[in-house]
Amino acid sequence: MLNASNITFRIGNKPLISDISVSFACSKLHLIIGPNGAGKSTLVKVLARLLRPQTGKVEYEGTDVSTASEAELAKRRAVLSQAVEVAFPLTVREVVMMGRYPHFGGRPGPTDESVVDEVMQHFDVTEFSERDYQTLSGGERQRVNFARVLAQLWRDGTVDAAPSCRYLFLDEPLTFLDIRHQIDFLKKIRTFTDAPDVVTVGVVHDLNLAARFADQIVLLNEGRLIANGAAAEVLTAGRIEEVFKVKPTLIQSEGSGMHLIFD
Amino acid sequence: MTKQYAGRQILIIALAVVTLLVLAASIRYGAIDFSIAEISRALTSLIPGQPAPTLDQRIFLELRFPRAILCLLVGASLGVGGTLMQALFRNPIVEPGLVGTSSGAAFGSALFFVLGGVFHIGASLWSLPIAACAGGIISTYLVFLLARSREDGRASIVMLLLTGLAVNALFMSAIGFLSYIARDPQARSITFWSLGTLSGASWKAVEIVAISTLAGSIIALRYAKQLNALMIGEEEATYLGVNVNRLKWIILSVNVVIVAVATAFTGVISFVGLVVPHILRMLGGADNRFLIVGSALTGATLLTLADLIARLSVRPAELPIGIVTSTVGVPVFIFLLRRRQYVF
Repeated sequence: MLNASNITFRIGNKPLISDISVSFACSKLHLIIGPNGAGKSTLVKVLARLLRPQTGKVEYEGTDVSTASEAELAKRRAVLSQAVEVAFPLTVREVVMMGRYPHFGGRPGPTDESVVDEVMQHFDVTEFSERDYQTLSGGERQRVNFARVLAQLWRDGTVDAAPSCRYLFLDEPLTFLDIRHQIDFLKKIRTFTDAPDVVTVGVVHDLNLAARFADQIVLLNEGRLIANGAAAEVLTAGRIEEVFKVKPTLIQSEGSGMHLIFD
Repeated sequence: MTKQYAGRQILIIALAVVTLLVLAASIRYGAIDFSIAEISRALTSLIPGQPAPTLDQRIFLELRFPRAILCLLVGASLGVGGTLMQALFRNPIVEPGLVGTSSGAAFGSALFFVLGGVFHIGASLWSLPIAACAGGIISTYLVFLLARSREDGRASIVMLLLTGLAVNALFMSAIGFLSYIARDPQARSITFWSLGTLSGASWKAVEIVAISTLAGSIIALRYAKQLNALMIGEEEATYLGVNVNRLKWIILSVNVVIVAVATAFTGVISFVGLVVPHILRMLGGADNRFLIVGSALTGATLLTLADLIARLSVRPAELPIGIVTSTVGVPVFIFLLRRRQYVF
């Protein structure tokens, strides 16, 4: 359970987000939408505590995160970003292993090695294991990063009564992916989020994908919260036209929910 | 254990063996050559009860041997310094000589030699290294302050290199002025500071440089994992649990201290810190744990080889060692600049 109350974040005198209060539940996929400059990415960074808001607070399970240490936070909070550039030649396995950094001191232990093996298999990157990350395509890189992020949040299934929730943030990770990868990624995120202790909050640009995959949609505009709820409640024709300045036609289809077509 | 990890361990062992071989060559050959029998006789003369060392043996014990060890330590310092700078700036073309640290440290030491005599300060063993560190901190800080963009507070590599160039020129001409007015013979020798030499080596210098090199490398090694995380970006490193600001301060401080202390005794030796991490990355990848240990060994080896060339090429005279390192380093630097143009 993640709770944000009265969040305002400014750079200089310019507020990027103003007075946002919103909460996010476990096992639900929450997607933030809004036009460019709405403050979506800023909100995700504040929730993940990369940025510290001037006013308001972010709580993970009722505990204020502003005093948590980086190392402690990294054990249960991970962020999948837009595009990760590696400055030096690293192998794919080395990049994925970084996800385990918060969990070991000196050298990776057997658990870390087996977690890395498992996530790499899950994301179909085992065959690149020893390849230089810099030589991969955008889609392949993003699969590697997703594997890294899941390695970070990995929890052994045998441990019951999990001590705390895990928080996954998505900072526009689908931007440079083709439609097949976008859908594939969202399905994997959906599956991961189904775990009872996972809170997922992300930014996605495509309104149709958001409508199809999100349990809860948060609509922002000019740094303010406009609406928050299920896709059908938030995505009304009037609201979309007002915020995005394009006129949509909404089609309800059986099975895959709601579709938007723009003029 | 992965294949790569085992491969790196073998590489480190091989590098250590090469370092020892080069050290052996370094103590054996020079203005005069010592045979292995002479070296062992000189060493046994140190044992109490053995006959006192002869003049030749004393030359070996008091000049050749400390010089060889100092060379290893200074090479290790410069190698580790280069690795740390490159990791910190996520860029393979920075090194302590290029961002002002070395020239500032040399200025601090020169100032100490000149003013120390005037004001009768500096009785303590540590005064010289402290003066060098102060100079190194001032010049490095100056470069970062001036290179920082007004908009986002970041230093681009172009700005860093250009500002480094300007600050280097400033401090080198200040050293030139000090050399001009100096009475101390070491400070008077402008070539000592600008081209570097190990001819002033002593056991006292070895002691001080050994402490800073070892302590600095061990601290750096503790942060190897965090420096690895930094390779995927500052934001990503933060998400992986790294306190990036703290890391930057620690690594920059370690770097300034090890480079400044080495420079205090040898003058500015450029390009070792640039070339060494580059060679290692080609051999065994970019993992910083491997790079830090490996660059200490490779830096020691390369600088010892350079010192051998400096001593043997024009014997019985010798070249300033900086001439040798620049001859090798400059082409590598230009190659890297041209190949990595997209970094700018």
